[in-house]
Amino acid sequence: MHTRHPEPLLWMLFSAGGVVSAMLMPILVLLFGVAIPLGWLAAPSHARMLAVLGNPLTAVLMFGLCALSLFHWAHRFRHTLYDGLQIKHLNELLALLTYGGAAVGSVMAAYLLWRIP
Amino acid sequence: MRDRITLQVARYRPEQESEITFDEHEVPCPKDWVVLDGLNHIKDRIDGTLSYRWSCRMGICGSCGMTVNGEPKLTCATFLADYAPGPLRVEPLRNFPVIRDLIVDIGDFMRKLVRVKPWIVRQVEKPLSEGEYLQTPEELDEYKHYSMCINCMLCYSACPIYGLDSKFIGPAAIALAQRYNFDNRDHGAAERMDVLSEHEGIWGCTFVGECTKVCPKHVDPAGAIQRYKLTAAMESMKSFFLPRGA
Amino acid sequence: MASTQVYTDYHPRWLRRQVSTYWWLEKWAYFAFILREMTCLFVAWFVVYLLLLVGAVAGGAESYQRLLDWSASPWVLTLNAATFLFMIYHAVTFFVAAPQALVVHVGRRPVPARLVLAGHYVAWAAASALVAWIVLRA
Repeated sequence: MHTRHPEPLLWMLFSAGGVVSAMLMPILVLLFGVAIPLGWLAAPSHARMLAVLGNPLTAVLMFGLCALSLFHWAHRFRHTLYDGLQIKHLNELLALLTYGGAAVGSVMAAYLLWRIP
Repeated sequence: MRDRITLQVARYRPEQESEITFDEHEVPCPKDWVVLDGLNHIKDRIDGTLSYRWSCRMGICGSCGMTVNGEPKLTCATFLADYAPGPLRVEPLRNFPVIRDLIVDIGDFMRKLVRVKPWIVRQVEKPLSEGEYLQTPEELDEYKHYSMCINCMLCYSACPIYGLDSKFIGPAAIALAQRYNFDNRDHGAAERMDVLSEHEGIWGCTFVGECTKVCPKHVDPAGAIQRYKLTAAMESMKSFFLPRGA
Repeated sequence: MASTQVYTDYHPRWLRRQVSTYWWLEKWAYFAFILREMTCLFVAWFVVYLLLLVGAVAGGAESYQRLLDWSASPWVLTLNAATFLFMIYHAVTFFVAAPQALVVHVGRRPVPARLVLAGHYVAWAAASALVAWIVLRA
């Protein structure tokens, strides 16, 4: 193996997360963050939400969106702190907090989606 | 329209002082004069101690890069008239150690350049009797723009990552490596990958994109780096899942 | 020309200027870059919000309604409105960067950058339409 560090994998996760969050989040934020709370659109009924989230395909897609977006955040945030605040000496701690946080979040996402009957 | 311009020129005389100071001079500003002409005017007629590098004065040698009003520019390609009446601030290129006045040391880049093997690497050399390597215009277009690099270092000066961490290999070195990686006469991609895929090789880059913006020869080093990230990442996945080769 | 003078890497006379911690405020381009990077914070926030939504749905109709009411409260609404704007900025900057990274060849010719960019926008529109349809149809 050419590399003995995880940067290539982390970058691929960042890229994938960037693509899915760019494709899917704007509409989701518009619907669930702005339009529905402001009453521009009627909220889907609870039964409908259960049906959508309970569907295995949407559940997997939702998990993919959450997990990849978290790793996208982790990689970008780590690099920005590294460069922006020049706190390189905290690199290991930063990596643990960001990627570790993303991993924990992904597990949470899987658990929460699994809880949907 | 003023026909003179004020230049604020950075001075650093290590034998006398430990900081950069600025000299102010007013120079003529005909419409075809560039910053380099202004500096030459100062050196020829006002203060002969001013030190700076220049050579071709036509944007091909890459010697005259300096920071002009905060932006890295070739002083032979930056017109004074665009900034008249000034003041126009001329400083040494950022992110490099200053030797004297407007002269910086680019030794770091020169060492990095050698490491990426900027030459055709072949497993088997073709003997002269077999004639030239033939290359179609499409094959040339694959790498031609990367070959236009004049090593002027404006990209390194614009790159905030390089400024913060000089271990980063940097835009020009990676673009030049790609110039050979995309050249179908070359077989050296694997050798270059060892150097480039180090932790500080290409992975320091966060695609700020300033390098491409300031490049006077339209090399697009940012694009070269991102393409290489994809290549290196795919290679990393392949060697992880197929350790003995596909 | 033999030289008995050897300048080392740490020759004390060379001036090494430190990059300021506020380098990103010095140029508009750097600030726009940091703004682009900061969109990731809003991405992370919205993942949290989505997971709260999923949790609320799993908890029953009342908890779902409570979450909907909470999402209408002023600070959550403002945060999500800001998130929407930053998500647009994230998508636009990501797509404009994609053609530089993704040089695809069809046969021997590279796909023009404009087409790669257009492809991303088409996919974005299609994905958004699909999500809206799934969420909103009765």
